[in-house]
Amino acid sequence: MSLLSDTVVHARQLTKRFGDFTAVGGIDFSISRGEFFGFLGPNGAGKTSTMRMVACMSPRSDGELLVRGMDPAHHGPEIRSGIGLVPQEDALDTELTVLDNLLLYGRYFGLPRKVVRERAHALLAFAQLEDRAGAKVDALSGGMRRRLVIARALISRPELVILDEPTTGLDPQARHLVWERLYQLKQQGVTLILTTHYMDEAEQLCDRLVVMDRGQIAAEGAPRALIAKYSSREVLELRLEAADRPRALGVLREHAERVEELTDRLCCYGDDGDRLLELVQHAGVRPQGVLVRRGSLEDVFLRLTGRSLVD
Amino acid sequence: MADALAAPSAPLARPRALSWRALRFWCFRWSRTWRSTLAGNVVYPLVYLAAIGIGLGHLVNHHLAADHGAGTIGGVSYLAFVTPGILAASMMQIAVHEATYPVMGAIRWDYAYLGQLASPLRIGDIVFGHLGFIGVRALFASSFFLAVAAAFGALSSPEAIVGVPIAIVVALAFGAPVAAFAVTRDNDSAFSSIQRLGVVPLFLFSGCFFPIGELPEVLRVLAVCTPLYQGVVLERACSLGTLGAPENLAHGAYLLVMATGGFLVARRTYQHRLAR
Ligand SMILES: Nc1ncnc2c1ncn2[C@@H]1O[C@H](COP(=O)(O)OP(=O)(O)O)[C@@H](O)[C@H]1O
Ligand SMILES: [Mg+2]
Repeated sequence: MSLLSDTVVHARQLTKRFGDFTAVGGIDFSISRGEFFGFLGPNGAGKTSTMRMVACMSPRSDGELLVRGMDPAHHGPEIRSGIGLVPQEDALDTELTVLDNLLLYGRYFGLPRKVVRERAHALLAFAQLEDRAGAKVDALSGGMRRRLVIARALISRPELVILDEPTTGLDPQARHLVWERLYQLKQQGVTLILTTHYMDEAEQLCDRLVVMDRGQIAAEGAPRALIAKYSSREVLELRLEAADRPRALGVLREHAERVEELTDRLCCYGDDGDRLLELVQHAGVRPQGVLVRRGSLEDVFLRLTGRSLVD
Repeated sequence: MADALAAPSAPLARPRALSWRALRFWCFRWSRTWRSTLAGNVVYPLVYLAAIGIGLGHLVNHHLAADHGAGTIGGVSYLAFVTPGILAASMMQIAVHEATYPVMGAIRWDYAYLGQLASPLRIGDIVFGHLGFIGVRALFASSFFLAVAAAFGALSSPEAIVGVPIAIVVALAFGAPVAAFAVTRDNDSAFSSIQRLGVVPLFLFSGCFFPIGELPEVLRVLAVCTPLYQGVVLERACSLGTLGAPENLAHGAYLLVMATGGFLVARRTYQHRLAR
Protein backbone atom coordinates (compact mmCIF):
# COMPACT_ATOMS: atom_id res chain seq x y z
CA MET A 1 0.00 0.00 0.00
CA SER A 2 1.52 3.35 -0.94
CA LEU A 3 1.01 6.82 0.46
CA LEU A 4 -1.08 7.67 -2.55
CA SER A 5 -3.44 4.80 -2.00
CA ASP A 6 -7.01 5.60 -1.04
CA THR A 7 -6.94 3.78 2.27
CA VAL A 8 -5.80 6.01 5.12
CA VAL A 9 -6.32 3.55 7.96
CA HIS A 10 -6.41 -0.20 7.62
CA ALA A 11 -6.91 -2.41 10.70
CA ARG A 12 -7.26 -6.18 10.90
CA GLN A 13 -7.78 -7.96 14.21
CA LEU A 14 -6.51 -4.83 15.93
CA THR A 15 -6.13 -5.62 19.62
CA LYS A 16 -5.22 -3.67 22.74
CA ARG A 17 -4.64 -5.39 26.05
CA PHE A 18 -3.81 -3.83 29.40
CA GLY A 19 -2.41 -6.70 31.42
CA ASP A 20 -5.13 -9.35 31.43
CA PHE A 21 -7.81 -6.93 30.38
CA THR A 22 -8.69 -6.67 26.68
CA ALA A 23 -9.82 -3.14 25.87
CA VAL A 24 -9.97 -3.68 22.10
CA GLY A 25 -10.66 -7.24 21.11
CA GLY A 26 -9.53 -7.75 17.51
CA ILE A 27 -11.45 -5.29 15.38
CA ASP A 28 -11.43 -4.79 11.59
CA PHE A 29 -12.02 -1.50 9.84
CA SER A 30 -10.77 0.49 6.95
CA ILE A 31 -11.04 4.22 6.36
CA SER A 32 -10.76 5.86 2.96
CA ARG A 33 -9.27 9.19 2.01
CA GLY A 34 -11.72 12.03 2.52
CA GLU A 35 -14.11 9.95 4.58
CA PHE A 36 -15.71 11.10 7.83
CA PHE A 37 -15.61 7.95 9.92
CA GLY A 38 -17.21 7.49 13.33
CA PHE A 39 -16.69 5.26 16.35
CA LEU A 40 -19.89 5.25 18.31
CA GLY A 41 -19.99 3.51 21.65
CA PRO A 42 -20.68 3.80 25.36
CA ASN A 43 -18.00 4.68 27.89
CA GLY A 44 -15.39 1.98 28.18
CA ALA A 45 -16.14 0.56 24.73
CA GLY A 46 -12.49 0.96 23.71
CA LYS A 47 -12.81 4.04 21.50
CA THR A 48 -9.96 6.00 23.05
CA SER A 49 -7.70 2.95 23.10
CA THR A 50 -8.36 2.52 19.39
CA MET A 51 -7.73 6.20 18.66
CA ARG A 52 -4.43 6.11 20.52
CA MET A 53 -3.27 3.18 18.43
CA VAL A 54 -4.34 4.84 15.19
CA ALA A 55 -2.61 8.07 16.26
CA CYS A 56 0.56 6.00 16.83
CA MET A 57 0.71 7.00 20.47
CA SER A 58 0.23 3.58 21.93
CA PRO A 59 1.53 0.29 20.54
CA ARG A 60 -0.97 -2.34 19.47
CA SER A 61 -0.97 -5.62 21.35
CA ASP A 62 -1.87 -7.68 18.33
CA GLY A 63 -3.21 -7.56 14.79
CA GLU A 64 -2.38 -5.46 11.78
CA LEU A 65 -2.47 -1.71 11.50
CA LEU A 66 -1.48 0.55 8.65
CA VAL A 67 -1.91 4.31 8.94
CA ARG A 68 -1.19 6.51 5.94
CA GLY A 69 0.20 3.35 4.38
CA MET A 70 2.81 2.80 7.08
CA ASP A 71 3.17 0.58 10.13
CA PRO A 72 3.05 2.60 13.38
CA ALA A 73 5.48 0.17 14.98
CA HIS A 74 8.22 1.36 12.62
CA HIS A 75 7.20 4.74 11.24
CA GLY A 76 5.57 6.56 14.18
CA PRO A 77 7.17 9.96 13.55
CA GLU A 78 6.46 9.93 9.81
CA ILE A 79 2.85 8.91 10.34
CA ARG A 80 2.24 11.38 13.15
CA SER A 81 3.63 14.23 11.08
CA GLY A 82 0.48 13.93 8.96
CA ILE A 83 -2.03 13.45 11.78
CA GLY A 84 -3.84 16.04 13.85
CA LEU A 85 -5.10 14.79 17.19
CA VAL A 86 -7.88 16.28 19.28
CA PRO A 87 -7.60 14.32 22.51
CA GLN A 88 -10.45 13.59 24.85
CA GLU A 89 -9.09 16.04 27.43
CA ASP A 90 -8.62 19.71 26.54
CA ALA A 91 -4.88 19.15 26.52
CA LEU A 92 -3.99 22.85 26.62
CA ASP A 93 -1.24 24.64 28.49
CA THR A 94 -3.16 26.95 30.78
CA GLU A 95 -0.06 28.94 31.72
CA LEU A 96 0.34 30.10 28.13
CA THR A 97 -1.77 32.30 25.92
CA VAL A 98 -4.06 31.05 23.18
CA LEU A 99 -1.61 32.10 20.47
CA ASP A 100 1.41 30.57 22.26
CA ASN A 101 -0.40 27.26 22.52
CA LEU A 102 -0.65 27.21 18.74
CA LEU A 103 2.88 28.47 18.10
CA LEU A 104 4.55 25.98 20.42
CA TYR A 105 2.63 23.08 19.00
CA GLY A 106 3.39 24.02 15.43
CA ARG A 107 7.09 24.02 16.18
CA TYR A 108 7.01 20.31 17.04
CA PHE A 109 6.37 19.70 13.36
CA GLY A 110 9.51 21.48 12.31
CA LEU A 111 7.64 24.33 10.66
CA PRO A 112 9.50 27.62 10.36
CA ARG A 113 8.46 30.26 12.88
CA LYS A 114 7.01 32.50 10.20
CA VAL A 115 4.87 29.75 8.70
CA VAL A 116 3.56 28.72 12.11
CA ARG A 117 2.67 32.31 12.91
CA GLU A 118 0.74 32.77 9.67
CA ARG A 119 -1.12 29.53 10.09
CA ALA A 120 -1.84 30.25 13.74
CA HIS A 121 -3.58 33.49 12.88
CA ALA A 122 -5.59 31.86 10.10
CA LEU A 123 -6.61 29.07 12.45
CA LEU A 124 -7.64 31.50 15.17
CA ALA A 125 -10.01 33.03 12.65
CA PHE A 126 -11.27 29.57 11.68
CA ALA A 127 -11.94 28.81 15.35
CA GLN A 128 -13.53 32.24 15.97
CA LEU A 129 -10.86 33.08 18.52
CA GLU A 130 -9.07 35.99 16.79
CA ASP A 131 -9.87 38.41 19.56
CA ARG A 132 -8.60 35.95 22.17
CA ALA A 133 -5.10 35.47 20.79
CA GLY A 134 -3.45 37.12 23.77
CA ALA A 135 -5.78 35.68 26.42
CA LYS A 136 -4.68 33.02 28.87
CA VAL A 137 -6.30 29.66 28.18
CA ASP A 138 -7.65 29.77 31.73
CA ALA A 139 -10.04 32.50 30.70
CA LEU A 140 -11.66 30.53 27.86
CA SER A 141 -15.05 28.84 27.98
CA GLY A 142 -15.36 25.10 27.33
CA GLY A 143 -16.44 25.66 23.74
CA MET A 144 -13.55 28.03 23.05
CA ARG A 145 -11.06 25.54 24.46
CA ARG A 146 -12.41 22.79 22.26
CA ARG A 147 -12.12 25.03 19.22
CA LEU A 148 -8.59 25.91 20.20
CA VAL A 149 -7.63 22.24 20.53
CA ILE A 150 -9.12 21.60 17.11
CA ALA A 151 -7.29 24.58 15.64
CA ARG A 152 -4.06 23.34 17.18
CA ALA A 153 -4.50 19.92 15.64
CA LEU A 154 -4.70 21.58 12.22
CA ILE A 155 -1.49 23.58 12.46
CA SER A 156 0.52 20.94 10.60
CA ARG A 157 -2.13 20.71 7.86
CA PRO A 158 -2.73 17.03 8.59
CA GLU A 159 -4.37 14.77 6.05
CA LEU A 160 -5.98 12.79 8.88
CA VAL A 161 -7.65 14.40 11.88
CA ILE A 162 -8.63 12.27 14.86
CA LEU A 163 -11.20 13.69 17.25
CA ASP A 164 -11.86 11.87 20.51
CA GLU A 165 -15.25 13.02 21.84
CA PRO A 166 -14.80 16.57 20.58
CA THR A 167 -18.16 17.87 21.82
CA THR A 168 -18.59 16.05 25.13
CA GLY A 169 -19.64 18.55 27.77
CA LEU A 170 -20.39 21.42 25.37
CA ASP A 171 -23.64 23.34 25.27
CA PRO A 172 -25.76 23.08 22.08
CA GLN A 173 -24.49 26.33 20.52
CA ALA A 174 -20.88 25.33 21.06
CA ARG A 175 -21.54 21.85 19.67
CA HIS A 176 -23.10 23.20 16.51
CA LEU A 177 -20.18 25.53 15.90
CA VAL A 178 -17.78 22.59 16.24
CA TRP A 179 -19.89 20.51 13.85
CA GLU A 180 -19.85 23.34 11.33
CA ARG A 181 -16.07 23.52 11.46
CA LEU A 182 -15.67 19.77 11.13
CA TYR A 183 -17.95 19.79 8.14
CA GLN A 184 -15.81 22.52 6.61
CA LEU A 185 -12.74 20.35 7.05
CA LYS A 186 -14.43 17.48 5.32
CA GLN A 187 -15.28 19.77 2.42
CA GLN A 188 -11.58 20.49 2.12
CA GLY A 189 -10.81 16.83 1.68
CA VAL A 190 -9.45 16.04 5.12
CA THR A 191 -10.04 12.53 6.40
CA LEU A 192 -11.73 12.66 9.78
CA ILE A 193 -12.17 10.09 12.51
CA LEU A 194 -14.57 10.92 15.30
CA THR A 195 -15.50 9.11 18.46
CA THR A 196 -18.67 10.02 20.26
CA HIS A 197 -21.45 8.70 22.36
CA TYR A 198 -23.87 11.24 20.90
CA MET A 199 -26.03 9.53 18.30
CA ASP A 200 -27.19 12.73 16.63
CA GLU A 201 -23.57 13.80 16.20
CA ALA A 202 -22.60 10.55 14.53
CA GLU A 203 -25.71 10.60 12.38
CA GLN A 204 -25.19 14.15 11.18
CA LEU A 205 -21.46 14.06 10.56
CA CYS A 206 -20.34 10.58 9.67
CA ASP A 207 -20.31 9.04 6.22
CA ARG A 208 -19.77 5.70 7.81
CA LEU A 209 -19.44 4.46 11.35
CA VAL A 210 -18.94 1.48 13.55
CA VAL A 211 -20.86 0.82 16.72
CA MET A 212 -18.39 -0.34 19.35
CA ASP A 213 -19.24 -2.19 22.51
CA ARG A 214 -16.94 -3.88 25.01
CA GLY A 215 -13.97 -3.81 22.67
CA GLN A 216 -15.87 -5.27 19.73
CA ILE A 217 -17.49 -3.84 16.64
CA ALA A 218 -21.21 -4.58 16.87
CA ALA A 219 -22.18 -3.13 13.49
CA GLU A 220 -20.75 -1.11 10.65
CA GLY A 221 -22.22 1.00 7.88
CA ALA A 222 -23.59 4.37 6.81
CA PRO A 223 -25.97 5.88 9.41
CA ARG A 224 -29.08 5.49 7.19
CA ALA A 225 -28.15 1.94 6.26
CA LEU A 226 -27.64 1.02 9.90
CA ILE A 227 -30.99 2.51 10.78
CA ALA A 228 -32.66 0.60 7.95
CA LYS A 229 -30.99 -2.61 9.03
CA TYR A 230 -31.32 -2.48 12.81
CA SER A 231 -34.23 -0.11 13.31
CA SER A 232 -36.94 1.12 10.92
CA ARG A 233 -37.83 4.20 8.94
CA GLU A 234 -40.19 5.38 11.64
CA VAL A 235 -40.84 4.65 15.27
CA LEU A 236 -44.15 5.01 17.12
CA GLU A 237 -43.86 5.47 20.86
CA LEU A 238 -47.06 4.87 22.85
CA ARG A 239 -47.91 5.46 26.48
CA LEU A 240 -50.96 3.43 27.46
CA GLU A 241 -53.12 2.55 30.41
CA ALA A 242 -52.18 -0.90 31.66
CA ALA A 243 -55.59 -2.21 30.65
CA ASP A 244 -55.08 -1.14 27.01
CA ARG A 245 -51.73 -2.84 26.60
CA PRO A 246 -52.82 -6.33 25.55
CA ARG A 247 -55.22 -5.02 22.91
CA ALA A 248 -52.63 -2.63 21.47
CA LEU A 249 -49.97 -5.32 21.45
CA GLY A 250 -52.27 -7.63 19.54
CA VAL A 251 -52.68 -5.09 16.73
CA LEU A 252 -49.07 -3.99 16.70
CA ARG A 253 -47.52 -7.45 16.69
CA GLU A 254 -49.47 -8.07 13.53
CA HIS A 255 -48.57 -4.84 11.68
CA ALA A 256 -45.25 -3.49 13.06
CA GLU A 257 -41.84 -4.86 12.10
CA ARG A 258 -40.96 -5.13 15.74
CA VAL A 259 -42.44 -4.08 19.08
CA GLU A 260 -40.37 -3.36 22.15
CA GLU A 261 -42.14 -3.40 25.52
CA LEU A 262 -40.70 -1.00 28.06
CA THR A 263 -42.11 -0.36 31.52
CA ASP A 264 -43.43 3.07 30.64
CA ARG A 265 -44.16 2.74 26.93
CA LEU A 266 -44.23 0.65 23.77
CA CYS A 267 -41.79 1.29 20.93
CA CYS A 268 -43.15 0.12 17.58
CA TYR A 269 -40.84 -0.01 14.58
CA GLY A 270 -42.24 0.24 11.04
CA ASP A 271 -42.26 2.14 7.78
CA ASP A 272 -45.21 4.33 8.66
CA GLY A 273 -45.76 5.37 12.27
CA ASP A 274 -48.99 7.27 11.62
CA ARG A 275 -50.51 4.22 9.98
CA LEU A 276 -49.63 2.09 13.03
CA LEU A 277 -51.25 4.70 15.27
CA GLU A 278 -54.44 4.66 13.17
CA LEU A 279 -54.65 0.90 13.45
CA VAL A 280 -54.27 1.03 17.22
CA GLN A 281 -56.89 3.75 17.57
CA HIS A 282 -59.17 1.85 15.23
CA ALA A 283 -59.02 -1.06 17.66
CA GLY A 284 -60.48 1.24 20.32
CA VAL A 285 -57.28 2.02 22.22
CA ARG A 286 -56.97 5.62 23.52
CA PRO A 287 -53.23 6.24 24.09
CA GLN A 288 -52.23 8.67 26.87
CA GLY A 289 -49.18 9.83 24.96
CA VAL A 290 -48.10 9.46 21.35
CA LEU A 291 -44.84 10.21 19.53
CA VAL A 292 -44.14 9.36 15.90
CA ARG A 293 -40.55 9.95 14.92
CA ARG A 294 -37.90 8.87 12.44
CA GLY A 295 -35.87 5.84 13.27
CA SER A 296 -32.51 7.00 14.63
CA LEU A 297 -29.09 5.74 15.42
CA GLU A 298 -30.11 5.76 19.03
CA ASP A 299 -32.52 2.91 18.26
CA VAL A 300 -29.72 1.05 16.50
CA PHE A 301 -27.39 1.69 19.36
CA LEU A 302 -29.82 0.54 22.03
CA ARG A 303 -30.72 -2.52 20.04
CA LEU A 304 -27.07 -3.47 19.61
CA THR A 305 -25.67 -2.55 22.99
CA GLY A 306 -28.74 -3.18 25.10
CA ARG A 307 -30.71 -0.89 27.37
CA SER A 308 -29.05 -1.84 30.60
CA LEU A 309 -26.54 0.64 31.98
CA VAL A 310 -22.90 -0.08 31.26
CA ASP A 311 -20.53 1.39 33.81
CA MET B 1 -7.14 28.61 6.16
CA ALA B 2 -9.27 28.01 3.13
CA ASP B 3 -6.43 26.55 1.09
CA ALA B 4 -5.88 22.84 0.99
CA LEU B 5 -5.49 21.50 4.48
CA ALA B 6 -4.68 18.17 2.95
CA ALA B 7 -1.44 19.51 1.50
CA PRO B 8 1.45 17.27 2.44
CA SER B 9 2.99 18.15 5.76
CA ALA B 10 6.57 19.32 6.14
CA PRO B 11 9.08 16.60 5.31
CA LEU B 12 10.36 14.79 8.35
CA ALA B 13 13.61 16.24 9.62
CA ARG B 14 16.69 14.29 10.58
CA PRO B 15 15.88 12.27 13.69
CA ARG B 16 18.24 14.31 15.91
CA ALA B 17 16.30 17.43 15.09
CA LEU B 18 13.24 15.95 16.80
CA SER B 19 15.05 15.96 20.14
CA TRP B 20 15.99 19.62 19.75
CA ARG B 21 12.36 20.48 19.06
CA ALA B 22 11.42 19.08 22.46
CA LEU B 23 14.17 21.07 24.16
CA ARG B 24 13.15 24.19 22.27
CA PHE B 25 9.62 23.77 23.59
CA TRP B 26 10.74 23.85 27.21
CA CYS B 27 13.03 26.80 26.63
CA PHE B 28 10.28 28.75 24.89
CA ARG B 29 7.84 27.92 27.64
CA TRP B 30 10.40 29.08 30.18
CA SER B 31 10.80 32.35 28.31
CA ARG B 32 7.11 32.92 29.10
CA THR B 33 7.15 31.78 32.71
CA TRP B 34 10.69 32.45 33.99
CA ARG B 35 9.67 35.06 36.52
CA SER B 36 8.20 32.43 38.79
CA THR B 37 11.51 30.54 38.79
CA LEU B 38 13.63 33.50 39.87
CA ALA B 39 13.33 32.95 43.60
CA GLY B 40 14.47 29.34 43.62
CA ASN B 41 17.13 29.67 40.94
CA VAL B 42 18.71 33.04 41.60
CA VAL B 43 17.63 34.63 44.83
CA TYR B 44 17.96 31.74 47.29
CA PRO B 45 21.48 30.73 46.28
CA LEU B 46 22.59 34.31 46.62
CA VAL B 47 20.89 34.68 49.98
CA TYR B 48 22.79 31.59 51.14
CA LEU B 49 26.00 33.00 49.75
CA ALA B 50 25.50 36.28 51.60
CA ALA B 51 24.15 34.91 54.88
CA ILE B 52 26.35 31.85 55.25
CA GLY B 53 29.39 32.63 53.16
CA ILE B 54 29.82 36.18 54.32
CA GLY B 55 27.78 36.50 57.53
CA LEU B 56 28.47 33.16 59.16
CA GLY B 57 31.84 33.05 57.43
CA HIS B 58 33.03 36.02 59.45
CA LEU B 59 32.27 34.21 62.66
CA VAL B 60 33.82 30.96 61.47
CA ASN B 61 37.02 32.63 60.37
CA HIS B 62 37.38 34.36 63.76
CA HIS B 63 36.74 31.13 65.55
CA LEU B 64 39.25 29.20 63.49
CA ALA B 65 41.84 31.92 63.96
CA ALA B 66 41.40 31.74 67.74
CA ASP B 67 41.66 27.93 67.79
CA HIS B 68 44.27 27.20 65.17
CA GLY B 69 45.99 30.49 64.61
CA ALA B 70 44.75 30.71 60.98
CA GLY B 71 41.27 31.83 59.89
CA THR B 72 40.94 29.23 57.13
CA ILE B 73 39.65 25.75 56.32
CA GLY B 74 42.40 23.84 54.59
CA GLY B 75 44.01 27.13 53.66
CA VAL B 76 40.94 28.93 52.32
CA SER B 77 38.48 31.39 53.83
CA TYR B 78 35.06 30.06 54.83
CA LEU B 79 33.48 32.06 51.99
CA ALA B 80 35.75 30.39 49.45
CA PHE B 81 35.03 27.03 51.05
CA VAL B 82 31.27 27.28 51.11
CA THR B 83 30.65 28.99 47.74
CA PRO B 84 31.18 25.89 45.56
CA GLY B 85 29.16 23.89 48.10
CA ILE B 86 26.20 26.22 47.72
CA LEU B 87 26.57 26.08 43.95
CA ALA B 88 26.46 22.27 43.84
CA ALA B 89 23.60 22.15 46.33
CA SER B 90 21.50 24.62 44.35
CA MET B 91 22.04 22.55 41.22
CA MET B 92 20.62 19.59 43.10
CA GLN B 93 17.65 21.61 44.29
CA ILE B 94 16.83 23.08 40.91
CA ALA B 95 17.16 19.69 39.22
CA VAL B 96 15.07 17.78 41.75
CA HIS B 97 12.36 20.39 41.67
CA GLU B 98 12.35 20.54 37.89
CA ALA B 99 12.28 16.75 37.59
CA THR B 100 9.30 16.29 39.89
CA TYR B 101 6.43 18.79 39.73
CA PRO B 102 6.92 19.84 36.09
CA VAL B 103 7.11 16.18 35.07
CA MET B 104 3.80 15.50 36.80
CA GLY B 105 2.50 18.71 35.27
CA ALA B 106 3.52 17.63 31.79
CA ILE B 107 1.44 14.47 32.28
CA ARG B 108 -1.58 15.78 34.14
CA TRP B 109 -1.80 19.57 34.30
CA ASP B 110 -0.45 21.25 31.19
CA TYR B 111 -0.37 18.09 29.04
CA ALA B 112 2.97 18.97 27.47
CA TYR B 113 3.82 15.29 27.02
CA LEU B 114 0.47 14.48 25.43
CA GLY B 115 1.06 17.19 22.85
CA GLN B 116 4.55 15.87 22.19
CA LEU B 117 3.32 12.28 21.90
CA ALA B 118 0.82 13.29 19.26
CA SER B 119 3.53 15.12 17.31
CA PRO B 120 6.38 13.47 15.39
CA LEU B 121 8.52 13.38 18.55
CA ARG B 122 9.51 10.00 19.98
CA ILE B 123 9.77 8.98 23.62
CA GLY B 124 13.54 9.47 23.55
CA ASP B 125 13.03 13.01 22.23
CA ILE B 126 10.56 13.78 24.98
CA VAL B 127 13.02 12.61 27.64
CA PHE B 128 15.91 14.42 25.99
CA GLY B 129 13.89 17.61 25.79
CA HIS B 130 12.93 17.72 29.42
CA LEU B 131 16.30 16.63 30.79
CA GLY B 132 18.09 18.92 28.37
CA PHE B 133 16.01 21.74 29.73
CA ILE B 134 17.19 20.91 33.25
CA GLY B 135 20.70 21.31 31.85
CA VAL B 136 19.77 24.69 30.39
CA ARG B 137 18.40 25.81 33.74
CA ALA B 138 21.64 24.71 35.41
CA LEU B 139 23.63 26.60 32.80
CA PHE B 140 21.83 29.86 33.51
CA ALA B 141 21.70 29.47 37.28
CA SER B 142 25.34 28.45 37.71
CA SER B 143 26.67 31.16 35.39
CA PHE B 144 24.77 33.82 37.25
CA PHE B 145 25.81 32.43 40.62
CA LEU B 146 29.48 32.24 39.67
CA ALA B 147 29.45 35.76 38.30
CA VAL B 148 28.12 37.09 41.60
CA ALA B 149 30.50 34.87 43.60
CA ALA B 150 33.42 36.27 41.60
CA ALA B 151 32.25 39.80 42.41
CA PHE B 152 32.25 38.84 46.12
CA GLY B 153 35.80 37.62 45.70
CA ALA B 154 34.74 34.08 46.60
CA LEU B 155 36.59 32.38 43.74
CA SER B 156 40.32 32.01 43.79
CA SER B 157 41.02 30.59 40.33
CA PRO B 158 39.96 31.22 36.73
CA GLU B 159 39.29 27.48 36.59
CA ALA B 160 36.04 28.37 38.35
CA ILE B 161 34.48 28.82 34.91
CA VAL B 162 34.66 25.05 34.48
CA GLY B 163 32.20 25.03 37.36
CA VAL B 164 29.46 25.76 34.83
CA PRO B 165 29.67 22.55 32.78
CA ILE B 166 30.19 20.62 36.01
CA ALA B 167 27.08 22.24 37.46
CA ILE B 168 25.17 20.97 34.42
CA VAL B 169 26.43 17.45 35.02
CA VAL B 170 25.49 17.67 38.72
CA ALA B 171 21.99 18.83 37.77
CA LEU B 172 21.57 15.97 35.29
CA ALA B 173 22.92 13.41 37.76
CA PHE B 174 19.99 14.34 39.98
CA GLY B 175 17.44 15.32 37.37
CA ALA B 176 17.61 12.21 35.19
CA PRO B 177 16.99 9.54 37.85
CA VAL B 178 14.43 11.69 39.67
CA ALA B 179 12.48 12.31 36.45
CA ALA B 180 12.66 8.60 35.68
CA PHE B 181 10.95 8.00 39.01
CA ALA B 182 8.55 10.95 38.89
CA VAL B 183 6.99 9.85 35.60
CA THR B 184 5.88 6.59 37.22
CA ARG B 185 3.81 8.43 39.87
CA ASP B 186 0.07 9.01 39.66
CA ASN B 187 0.21 12.13 41.83
CA ASP B 188 2.73 14.40 43.49
CA SER B 189 2.51 12.98 47.00
CA ALA B 190 5.93 11.26 46.82
CA PHE B 191 7.70 14.45 45.84
CA SER B 192 7.69 16.05 49.27
CA SER B 193 9.29 12.87 50.65
CA ILE B 194 12.07 13.21 48.10
CA GLN B 195 12.64 16.68 49.50
CA ARG B 196 12.48 15.65 53.15
CA LEU B 197 14.36 12.37 52.96
CA GLY B 198 16.68 13.11 50.06
CA VAL B 199 17.39 16.71 49.30
CA VAL B 200 17.50 18.15 52.82
CA PRO B 201 19.87 15.56 54.37
CA LEU B 202 22.16 15.72 51.36
CA PHE B 203 22.13 19.47 51.51
CA LEU B 204 23.23 19.43 55.15
CA PHE B 205 25.68 16.53 55.23
CA SER B 206 27.45 16.34 51.87
CA GLY B 207 30.28 18.70 52.63
CA CYS B 208 28.62 21.88 51.39
CA PHE B 209 28.92 23.77 54.68
CA PHE B 210 31.64 21.97 56.63
CA PRO B 211 34.34 19.41 55.75
CA ILE B 212 32.87 15.93 56.06
CA GLY B 213 35.90 15.04 58.19
CA GLU B 214 33.93 16.64 61.04
CA LEU B 215 31.28 13.91 60.78
CA PRO B 216 31.33 10.63 62.74
CA GLU B 217 32.90 7.74 60.81
CA VAL B 218 29.61 6.14 59.63
CA LEU B 219 28.07 9.36 58.41
CA ARG B 220 31.31 10.31 56.75
CA VAL B 221 31.33 7.13 54.66
CA LEU B 222 27.68 7.68 53.77
CA ALA B 223 28.39 11.27 52.80
CA VAL B 224 31.24 10.25 50.50
CA CYS B 225 28.83 7.95 48.65
CA THR B 226 26.27 10.65 47.91
CA PRO B 227 26.14 12.24 44.47
CA LEU B 228 26.02 15.70 45.97
CA TYR B 229 29.37 15.11 47.67
CA GLN B 230 30.92 14.32 44.28
CA GLY B 231 29.52 17.55 42.92
CA VAL B 232 30.69 19.59 45.88
CA VAL B 233 34.23 18.19 45.61
CA LEU B 234 34.38 18.96 41.90
CA GLU B 235 32.96 22.46 42.22
CA ARG B 236 35.37 23.16 45.06
CA ALA B 237 38.28 21.94 42.97
CA CYS B 238 37.19 24.32 40.19
CA SER B 239 36.94 27.38 42.38
CA LEU B 240 40.26 26.61 44.11
CA GLY B 241 42.01 25.71 40.87
CA THR B 242 42.83 22.11 41.81
CA LEU B 243 40.73 20.34 39.21
CA GLY B 244 43.78 18.51 37.85
CA ALA B 245 43.91 16.13 40.84
CA PRO B 246 43.48 12.56 39.57
CA GLU B 247 40.69 11.57 42.03
CA ASN B 248 38.46 14.15 40.36
CA LEU B 249 38.19 11.79 37.41
CA ALA B 250 36.37 9.32 39.65
CA HIS B 251 34.03 12.00 41.00
CA GLY B 252 33.24 13.08 37.45
CA ALA B 253 32.69 9.51 36.31
CA TYR B 254 30.30 8.91 39.21
CA LEU B 255 28.14 11.86 38.17
CA LEU B 256 28.25 10.99 34.47
CA VAL B 257 27.16 7.43 35.21
CA MET B 258 24.22 8.72 37.24
CA ALA B 259 23.20 11.13 34.52
CA THR B 260 23.50 8.61 31.67
CA GLY B 261 22.01 5.76 33.67
CA GLY B 262 19.16 8.03 34.73
CA PHE B 263 18.51 8.97 31.11
CA LEU B 264 18.39 5.33 30.02
CA VAL B 265 16.06 4.36 32.84
CA ALA B 266 13.91 7.42 32.15
CA ARG B 267 13.48 6.32 28.54
CA ARG B 268 12.04 3.06 29.80
CA THR B 269 9.79 4.52 32.48
CA TYR B 270 8.57 7.24 30.11
CA GLN B 271 7.82 4.61 27.49
CA HIS B 272 5.94 2.58 30.03
CA ARG B 273 3.92 5.48 31.37
CA LEU B 274 3.23 7.52 28.26
CA ALA B 275 2.97 4.95 25.48
CA ARG B 276 1.08 2.18 27.19
N1 LIG C 1 -3.96 2.66 30.51
C1 LIG C 1 -4.93 1.79 30.82
N2 LIG C 1 -4.70 0.79 31.71
C2 LIG C 1 -5.67 -0.09 32.04
N3 LIG C 1 -6.90 -0.08 31.52
C3 LIG C 1 -7.21 0.88 30.65
C4 LIG C 1 -6.24 1.86 30.24
N4 LIG C 1 -6.83 2.69 29.36
C5 LIG C 1 -8.10 2.25 29.20
N5 LIG C 1 -8.33 1.17 29.97
C6 LIG C 1 -9.59 0.41 30.04
O1 LIG C 1 -9.95 0.00 28.75
C7 LIG C 1 -11.34 0.12 28.54
C8 LIG C 1 -11.61 0.94 27.32
O2 LIG C 1 -11.24 2.27 27.60
P1 LIG C 1 -11.32 3.42 26.53
O3 LIG C 1 -10.58 2.99 25.32
O4 LIG C 1 -10.88 4.66 27.18
O5 LIG C 1 -12.88 3.46 26.22
P2 LIG C 1 -13.78 4.64 25.65
O6 LIG C 1 -12.90 5.68 25.08
O7 LIG C 1 -14.65 3.99 24.62
O8 LIG C 1 -14.59 5.16 26.80
C9 LIG C 1 -11.92 0.71 29.81
O9 LIG C 1 -12.48 -0.34 30.57
C10 LIG C 1 -10.73 1.30 30.51
O10 LIG C 1 -10.88 1.23 31.90
MG1 LIG D 1 -12.74 7.65 25.52
